[in-house]
Amino acid sequence: MVEATGIKEIIKPENLVYKKTKIMTDNTLSYCPGCGHGTAHRILAEVIDEEGLQSQTIGVSPVGCSVLLYNYLDVDIQQAAHGRAPAVATAIKRLLPDKFVFTYQGDGDLAAIGTAETIHACNRGENILIIFINNGIYGMTGGQMAPTTLPGMKSSTSPYGRDVKTMGNPLKMTDIVATLPGTYYVTRQSVHTPANVRKTKKAIRKAVQYQKLDKGTCFIEIVSNCPSGWKMTPVQSNKWMEETMFPYYPLGDLKTPEE
Amino acid sequence: MKKELRLMKGNEAVAEAAIRAGADGYFGYPITPQSEILEYLMEANPAKTTGMVVLQAESEVAAINMVYGGAACGKKVMTSSSSPGISLKQEGISYIAGAELPCLIVNVVRGGPGLGTIQPAQSDYFQSVKGGGHGDYHLIVLAPASVQEMADFVDLGFELAFKYRNPVLMLSDGAIGQMMEKVYLSPQKERSTVFPDWATTGKPATRERNIITSLDLDPNGMEMHNHKLQAKYNEIREKEVRYEEFQTEDAEYLLVAYGTSARVSQKAVQLLREQGIKVGLLRPITLFPFPTKRINELAGQVKGILSVEMSAGQMVEDVLLAVNGKVPVKHFGRMGGIVTTPEEVVENLKSKIIGG
Repeated sequence: MVEATGIKEIIKPENLVYKKTKIMTDNTLSYCPGCGHGTAHRILAEVIDEEGLQSQTIGVSPVGCSVLLYNYLDVDIQQAAHGRAPAVATAIKRLLPDKFVFTYQGDGDLAAIGTAETIHACNRGENILIIFINNGIYGMTGGQMAPTTLPGMKSSTSPYGRDVKTMGNPLKMTDIVATLPGTYYVTRQSVHTPANVRKTKKAIRKAVQYQKLDKGTCFIEIVSNCPSGWKMTPVQSNKWMEETMFPYYPLGDLKTPEE
Repeated sequence: MKKELRLMKGNEAVAEAAIRAGADGYFGYPITPQSEILEYLMEANPAKTTGMVVLQAESEVAAINMVYGGAACGKKVMTSSSSPGISLKQEGISYIAGAELPCLIVNVVRGGPGLGTIQPAQSDYFQSVKGGGHGDYHLIVLAPASVQEMADFVDLGFELAFKYRNPVLMLSDGAIGQMMEKVYLSPQKERSTVFPDWATTGKPATRERNIITSLDLDPNGMEMHNHKLQAKYNEIREKEVRYEEFQTEDAEYLLVAYGTSARVSQKAVQLLREQGIKVGLLRPITLFPFPTKRINELAGQVKGILSVEMSAGQMVEDVLLAVNGKVPVKHFGRMGGIVTTPEEVVENLKSKIIGG
């Protein structure tokens, strides 16, 4: 234990090893404790900062837990209708082709109501980055079944577990878009350990470079947790994610450029 | 510069006028009877001349959300569709109204409900004038009655949209969209290179970040926003009413009609006058704001009013509100894609108003 006076001596610029990126605002995040959104926001913000893209960036936030993305990132942001972010981003990029354009969408937004917009933006090869947070549940509305909910998984609208015979199987949108010629770089990552955070950040950085080179759609799925929706502690949720989500949604690149 | 005279379909005139107005983007989806707009723009390929973006979207839903994205960048963007497609766009239109984005939406109306028919109708008045999507909002609604006006209202539509940061809807119909007339086209305007200060174009160090949203989780904030919207609609009601009168000076009876029905009613006025019946026509050019005040004034002069619309009677509700019980008001119109004839208007004025 360090005494209070000792802390003051330690907090000096020369001892600084980490600080909040300037692209993150001072607003308090609205996410539940242990949720992956905050980390995903931070690494996206870090890449925007490190690549000097603040004045070039236009983001599109979805309907879902991250609807208030514009409160947390200090860049120009449009809030889109539920599922429509890829269509919104399409027009932004077509009209302002020199800007860095990204969407940030959850699995209900992207894989259910926004399926058509997602597939067609990817199929046209829109030169945008789609960040897809997949936690297998509708978080904001209180834990309902999503298209990505695993077989047997309980939610408020699948209280006896997802019965694939009547409720369908989990939709692997990332696998689908990887088959489309319009996508250039498709990867599935996570942010639940420092090593995975670094990998995901690297993926975002790659996507930024590819967008500068006008390569087509980059699609990064981040398999994430929802402690509140899953009714688990943050630690339990990360363990469950590793044991149950990753076998169905394996991490790694699905499509990498032939360089 | 001199205006260029061409013979064109209404739909083609909209497309050509959009290029000439310096529009930045058009996002559409095929549907009869308006597909010529997208076809014309694809063939004209303005990307090569003005740099205008033309994109065929995967759905009407995607197209209107592309309009949202482009409009939020401060660009001059538009879409067009016909009735069932406009129904699909209504969610996006509500977001655009809520986020106060300028854009132009063209509806070349066909008969409904459902898939309905591809022939002209005016049964989209309610979904155009009364909001259409969820929430309390209004579009500025322009009703062209000629190919010339379909061209002119593109420029006027963009002007009003940017003046009020509000979506503008051009409410045409399958007859005006498909028919050919001579049209004087304005000279080519340069596309704008300066954008409104609220637009999301990338945040420079010199300003705060721009946020485009229709969300406010604080009900007090949302009510304030609604008050602001209503104040804007009231200003529009005060300043932007447009209408045209035909032989109303000595009229004892009045027809009220817009678009195709106004053209038919103008002929009916002529036929009735030949029979010695003093009738005039008021043609609303803006349906929102509606010429309420002028119709109320005329109600003090005439003995009765017939609202003519190719519908079961939608605009007649606004005529009734304007007249406020001063004189009898009735509706006449054919439905389902059938265009009313002047003779039918004559007959109905006689049976419902004069003899009624």
